[in-house]
Amino acid sequence: MSSNEFTPVSLPDALQHLAAVRAIPVAGGTDLMVRHRRCGPLPIRLDAPPLFIGRLPELRSITETTSELNIGAAVTLNEIAAHPAAPPGLTAAIREFASPAVRNAGTIGGNICNASPAGDTLPYLYAAGATVVLASSSTERALPISEFITGPGRTLLGGEELMIRIIIPRRPASFVFYRKVAPRRSNALSKLSVYAEADVDGSSGLPRVAGFRLAVGAVAPTVVRIREAEALVDGTTAAEVRDRADALLEAYRAHVRPIDDQRSTATYRRNTAHTLIRYLLEQELPTFLEQS
Amino acid sequence: MRVSLAVNGNSMVVEAEPLARLLDVLRVNLGLHGVKEGCGEGECGACAVLLNGRIVNSCITPVAATEGSEIITIEGFRETDRYAVIEQAFADTGGVQCGFCTPGFVMATEALLREDPRPSEEEIKHGLSGNLCRCTGYNMIVQAVQSASEKLSE
Repeated sequence: MSSNEFTPVSLPDALQHLAAVRAIPVAGGTDLMVRHRRCGPLPIRLDAPPLFIGRLPELRSITETTSELNIGAAVTLNEIAAHPAAPPGLTAAIREFASPAVRNAGTIGGNICNASPAGDTLPYLYAAGATVVLASSSTERALPISEFITGPGRTLLGGEELMIRIIIPRRPASFVFYRKVAPRRSNALSKLSVYAEADVDGSSGLPRVAGFRLAVGAVAPTVVRIREAEALVDGTTAAEVRDRADALLEAYRAHVRPIDDQRSTATYRRNTAHTLIRYLLEQELPTFLEQS
Repeated sequence: MRVSLAVNGNSMVVEAEPLARLLDVLRVNLGLHGVKEGCGEGECGACAVLLNGRIVNSCITPVAATEGSEIITIEGFRETDRYAVIEQAFADTGGVQCGFCTPGFVMATEALLREDPRPSEEEIKHGLSGNLCRCTGYNMIVQAVQSASEKLSE
């Protein structure tokens, strides 16, 4: 396979190209090909020529160290879900993402760079404290995902840069909670979603919550995760978790700022987010503690 | 641009715009009309083909992304013994009415059974979740996949 102006064969190739000319990186293309579709067989038109990065070998591997999981930006969603090291929270989100055919083409890098407020991998990645690594022909930089995504469809990706990998810190999380609220069980954009994880600290008497994280998607311009609120739940017993539900909801109230759009209303999103968080804290999480 | 790929076992080079839909290259350049356009936006699965062994929606696949790849359409899969089993199962259960969605469902069935030769009903529905049928109400299609999976794993 030889390189040409559209299909670089290596990452350095691709980055040199981006340093020289303006181009739009395309991996799976599952968002672009729909967003820009034209009548029938007319190929989509983008603002600049495409650069196909989906097969660059440097972006296609998953590796683990003792402290983190590294996922290449062009690894597809199904490839992640099938990998033995994939975190259960991420595979839970991927399982409800679009459809098998879309998951075989769509990539984690594409889902992040598309930066939809309803992006299905995002609540997990925010909760996980994921870092994205961006490269240009002369630099490499790493950013927390919460800084990388600045608003709906907006990121800090420079015109000469590609996202090359995503770093997920390893952390113990024996409890995972994920609910995606959508009109169908597949091929549906999220009205809202709630992701939570926790581990158990059994070192002193009753089991207590450790490492609690909670992220809510599609209820604000970007994913909502509030560490001060998470701290309210850490260290609690089952009975105390139930008692903290109101305080936690209060901590989230100002940050859950949904809008009306074609998928749902602000009222529905707010009410349902609160209902799910309350259900998580009054039922699912305490039950998990009691059974551990 | 010129794209080198293999379609149904035949290596070839096609001339197309990089962002041309694989669907149109298959239907118009190569005359493979078994690949259908149902929605044109990756939601209905009527256009599904196997790309390097994985099911994808050809209506949202840019042809440049298939450089160096192997594609199997329903026309290629139709020649195999596994297809014959799946076809018979769909016929026996009444899983075909107008037939427009059927090539896509057959490709999705094959993709599912390659991964999971004895799927549960829930796993069948998950595996076929990218395919829409307006005629049958789905239950006969699910039965067809169950029946085919039993026969294929004997």
